[in-house]
Amino acid sequence: MTTMRIRAKKFLKTVAGKILPILTILVLLTVVWYFFTIYLNSAMQIDKYDKQGISWNISKLVLDTMSQERPKLPAPHQIAEEIWETTVEKKITSKRSLIYHSSITLSSTIVGFILGTVLGVVLAVSIVENRAMESSLMPWIIASQTIPILAIAPMIIVVLNSLGFSGLLPKALISTYLSFFPIVVGMVKGLRSPDIILVDLMKTYNSTKVDIFFKLRLPASVPFLFTSMKVAIAISLVGAIVGELPTGAVAGLGARLLTGSYYGQTIQIWSALIMASILAATLVFSIQAIGYLVSKKMGYTNEGA
Amino acid sequence: MTDKIISAKNVELKFGKGSEEVVALKNISLEVGAGEFVSFIGPSGCGKTTFLRTVAALENPTSGQILVNGVSPDEARTNRAYGYVFQSAGLYPWRNISKNVSLPLEIMNYSREEISKRVSESLNLVELNGFEKKFPWQLSGGMQQRASIARALSFDADLLLMDEPFGALDEIVRDHLNEQLLDLWQKTGKTICFVTHSIPEAVFLSTKIVVMSPRPGRIVDVIESPFPSSRSLEIRDSKEFISISQRVREGLRSGYDHNENKG
Amino acid sequence: MRELSNILLTFALLFSAICFVSSTIWFSESNIIVLILSIVGILLGLRLFFPFFASFYYDLFIGVATIIFVILNLYEDLPNGSWPLIFSSWLYSWLAVEKIMQKQFETNYLSTIRNFVAPIFFGVWIIFFWEVATVGLKIPVVILPSPSVIGIKFVASLDILWADFIQTFVKSALIGYLIGCGSGLLIAILIDSSPFLKRGLLPIGNFISALPIIGVAPIMVMWFGFDWESKAAVVVIMTFFPMLVNTITGLSISSQIEKDLMKTYGASYSQTLFFLRLHGAAPFIFNALKINSTLALIGAIVAEFFGTPIVGVGFRISTEVGRMNLDMVWAEITVAALVGTITYGIITFIEKRLTFWHPSIRGN
Repeated sequence: MTTMRIRAKKFLKTVAGKILPILTILVLLTVVWYFFTIYLNSAMQIDKYDKQGISWNISKLVLDTMSQERPKLPAPHQIAEEIWETTVEKKITSKRSLIYHSSITLSSTIVGFILGTVLGVVLAVSIVENRAMESSLMPWIIASQTIPILAIAPMIIVVLNSLGFSGLLPKALISTYLSFFPIVVGMVKGLRSPDIILVDLMKTYNSTKVDIFFKLRLPASVPFLFTSMKVAIAISLVGAIVGELPTGAVAGLGARLLTGSYYGQTIQIWSALIMASILAATLVFSIQAIGYLVSKKMGYTNEGA
Repeated sequence: MTDKIISAKNVELKFGKGSEEVVALKNISLEVGAGEFVSFIGPSGCGKTTFLRTVAALENPTSGQILVNGVSPDEARTNRAYGYVFQSAGLYPWRNISKNVSLPLEIMNYSREEISKRVSESLNLVELNGFEKKFPWQLSGGMQQRASIARALSFDADLLLMDEPFGALDEIVRDHLNEQLLDLWQKTGKTICFVTHSIPEAVFLSTKIVVMSPRPGRIVDVIESPFPSSRSLEIRDSKEFISISQRVREGLRSGYDHNENKG
Repeated sequence: MRELSNILLTFALLFSAICFVSSTIWFSESNIIVLILSIVGILLGLRLFFPFFASFYYDLFIGVATIIFVILNLYEDLPNGSWPLIFSSWLYSWLAVEKIMQKQFETNYLSTIRNFVAPIFFGVWIIFFWEVATVGLKIPVVILPSPSVIGIKFVASLDILWADFIQTFVKSALIGYLIGCGSGLLIAILIDSSPFLKRGLLPIGNFISALPIIGVAPIMVMWFGFDWESKAAVVVIMTFFPMLVNTITGLSISSQIEKDLMKTYGASYSQTLFFLRLHGAAPFIFNALKINSTLALIGAIVAEFFGTPIVGVGFRISTEVGRMNLDMVWAEITVAALVGTITYGIITFIEKRLTFWHPSIRGN
């Protein structure tokens, strides 16, 4: 067998091993979804037939349940249509454009995430390098997590508004508050991860604390940083969405969810939810990809992000 | 036929397929009688552990025949015919020592009274009485291995398979455990198959030494030991000990040469 | 540690000196006590240079005395020099706590109490500072109410708080948590015997954990109505996946040696599961239980932002925020924080008992 053929066989094997199970389950899930669409919507549909005196058979029922205006469970293609209409077929500046709303949510997510990461890294470095900072900061950090910030998002938004901060900043601050904690935890773990014998080795070279930090601790912490960044960005997104609810739900994906809920626009709710999920997946995947590239450059092999 | 505990004929074991194929065992034929203490010695990767695992039905030979107690290894396994001692003690950290020793007994559905009787007997044999309530992490490496041996002795397996059980321990502890193991062997009369890296250990403990070559694992030499069953550490300084060790060493060397000539 | 003590001591001495100076320059009848306490503070600070007054009882004394004095005078005008006095006493109390944390106690009972000293001290001083800042700086109630105002509102609204607690925590959060964790555990065990299903579900499970599940709240309302059932449904979805992923991971960490050992005993699949693998999975399962407790609490509250009947913590928070009754909002937050801490404590307690053998619990 030539090496090309062997490589191709190996590749197919890994594809089969890893992707096939996932694909199978996804296909299964889609089939189940369609089944439930028909099942859950049929009650309302039959009601409608009776009220309007329309005669029906199974195939008519199946088709109609998949194209209701306010279904209990929209069919996947209905959601796809709605997303298409509100993204591609609307101007980006229009208030109905899903892209407009997504960008509002995305912007406060990213700002909050960056602030949270910076804050988290700074705190982690102080904790690891300075005993005094550790005993003075740790209680505050732990205490900060006993306050359910998501639960008091409305209050935070309103209070900050009355102090003059409105728009992006209050929502971003909620995301910052949520995301700094996983970063601190992960970064501290990472900075402290090198084996004690490696630290001792540096000491035998008469390295300064700064040297040990930049040459040993910081590189060792990179995988941990990327793992916690994935958690942090996912939770930043949640913070941004919840932060949009209080101020009368004007703009953003969270607002779309709320208004859809008020007006019974099921498909709008679902499309906003799917869009938010796509956003979350893209963000987390981007961090994973960047982490993978960085780790590879640094020489990590199978671990990485 | 049936008085041979282990009977192997032309056993061959290959891992992998095609270009990635590795021949772990080649043409292994040997017999182990009841009550023998057989050591398997060879360089790393020579297949001695693989052979032990084949006897234990943890691996399957690709060709050849192997019988344990006159039946297939898997049947012997379901008959609970042997006890296995691994390189690391493998004690469960959530059970104390006496519960660790009783683990196989619980799985094999012995009664409560039987269990407590057998546990105290086994712990007695390895001199660990008094440590029943301790947890594995509270014991030293040597003591953990003794507990692991006690666990292998607690049910009625007449065959003991030991895979470098003392490899991770320091030499002083090793000597002590070697003596204890011999003592135990004489008291219980079990058949023991013992895999080791160490020539003195193999020569000291065994009635029969099987020398294996590096991969693909073949049997280079089978040495019957002239020493009586009851022996002490002093025999290690005797002439016969040195000459048998030399014979083992030559066997190991010739195994390498053979492979080099072939390759 | 000495470095920290010296820093604290220097600043404490500094603040006491400032206090002394300012209360002498603007001396009046009302700040005699402040003056006395500032002198005490200076004396205590001298231990930087001379080995006097080093006992932690003195530090404790000045801390307690200051708190009492300030509270008594807070609602009229604070005398001159109070602020530096507050800071210096806080630093002395901190020193006292540092000392007591270093001390070895003979009985387990006393050291357990000792372990609570630092958090309690921390909590007391936060509340104290909060009270002093909000009252002393005259912060409006609509921005941040003081602890005393919140406390009064808390006691006055016990019936409302209780009803909200039952609705959100007992009905929505707890029931959702039990169903979510239970089904996650069961399904993980069920699919454990199929490597194919594991390879398919594990990545999907990880993927879903990254999504904003809270967004399904309006959909649940559409399906189950406004009441607690829809909120519990959200909690079920939120807690299911972390439990599933963690249990599957936990079930696969048994080492090859441990599994081979089971084989040599002729153990069946269920015996191996029961005797070996569930025990090995326990640390992971408890990890998921802890994560899920936080998710359940927050999920139940936030789900109520999407519509709820006229009771519930989330409902109360959003409506009272709209009415600018922030004291009621904080009373609800107190309930939430208490529930969260107590549940976390209970789970950790059970975890320590059941997974006492794991290196992370043993303290290695």
